[in-house]
Amino acid sequence: MIHLRRPAIAAAALALLAAPLSAEVFEPKKAQELRESHMKLMGAHLGVLGTMAKGEMEYDANVASAAAEALAGLAQGTNGNYWVEGSSTEDLEDSRALPELWQDMEDVGQKAAALRDATQAMQEAAGTDLAALQGAMKSVGDACGDCHKAYRKPEE
Amino acid sequence: MIARALGAGAAIILLGAAGVWVITAPEPLPAAMIEGPPGDAQRGAAIFAAAGCAACHIAPEAEIDDAPVLSGGRAFASPFGTFHAPNISPSPQGVGDWSDAEIMDAVMRGVAPSGAHYYPALPYTAYALVEPQDMRDLIAHLRTLPPSEAESLPHELPFPFSIRRMVGIWKRLNMSEDWTLEGEISPQATRGRYIAEALAHCGECHTPRGPLGGLDRSRWLAGAENPSGDGRIPNITPAGLDWSEEDIAYYLESGFTPDFDTAGGEMALVVEEMGRLTAEDRAAVAAYLKSVPPVE
Repeated sequence: MIHLRRPAIAAAALALLAAPLSAEVFEPKKAQELRESHMKLMGAHLGVLGTMAKGEMEYDANVASAAAEALAGLAQGTNGNYWVEGSSTEDLEDSRALPELWQDMEDVGQKAAALRDATQAMQEAAGTDLAALQGAMKSVGDACGDCHKAYRKPEE
Repeated sequence: MIARALGAGAAIILLGAAGVWVITAPEPLPAAMIEGPPGDAQRGAAIFAAAGCAACHIAPEAEIDDAPVLSGGRAFASPFGTFHAPNISPSPQGVGDWSDAEIMDAVMRGVAPSGAHYYPALPYTAYALVEPQDMRDLIAHLRTLPPSEAESLPHELPFPFSIRRMVGIWKRLNMSEDWTLEGEISPQATRGRYIAEALAHCGECHTPRGPLGGLDRSRWLAGAENPSGDGRIPNITPAGLDWSEEDIAYYLESGFTPDFDTAGGEMALVVEEMGRLTAEDRAAVAAYLKSVPPVE
């Protein structure tokens, strides 16, 4: 199982990494839908790790490692071409991406790199023990939050 | 006859003016509250975090770390004008030359060393309920933080809100003498009430305000307009927030919601501060939120 999953994730990650090289392929509305799905997928894997961190589910190194690996794979793709011009809060009614995001792509790139680092550290921690997982959760949360704080419109 | 009427009128105006002068007079803390053992800076670090000083007083875009630079400069929009958080770092431009008593009067009564009123953008209606020893500890910690030479910016307030003296009337209407959540609550919720109502001043954003900017305590924590214009600040009474106590405590620790989205906006800064409290204190805040009356 794990054997099969790794190449699949690597392929998915590579595809996402390759994406920024191509021209903007998504329509703004499609880009918004896709990035929101992507975020929810990260939330799903984080949910496995977080439920263990909270003590609501028994810690299992294998389950935690699989979730951490999937999360790290997804984190590779957050700076892909989901961030299409014309998909900010000013352009689309239910978009929550603030226009500031497009004004400082360098900073966005750094924040995306911080998320990759944090999720890679989580891969290490998730298989170690519960305390390590709980500690790594904090840095992943900081990385998510740093970008949301700067570039996501608060909920209505 | 006319002269006499004019004289009487002038006397009434003078008396009225004197009355206004008296009721708008700033009231510093009683000496008994200010005096006490010296502050403990180490203990003060957690109180400083709970009080959320850095979230408003750091420079715009700055990060909150273990030793934040409280240079001020962030702008806060309101229906009355724009307030700028001042430099409160331990420097000549900040509060470095102030005595502990002067800082306590500022924070717990909204009274400047000059005797002038501060505007209630500084949440002194909440800080008025902080234990004096906690405040001395907080000040001791504040004095260990890095100094900043930044000059504080003036507020941008149109007339008549530019008349500071009028804040005296506002204080008479709005200074809290007691807890908003009354009645029998558990010892854990009581501790949570102290953190939420006095130190962390949750109500300042999560409670709607009346026409004069005072908190509508009948709708305590029931959500409010965001003064910045971005969205709405959520209802965190049990009617608006159905998370478990564990979920609330974990959110305050990590910033993760129960579905593993993260805190955004101003709340992300609050979570950074709440993450510095003990797990017991975060659980206490969660217990308190569950004890607040539900308001739709």
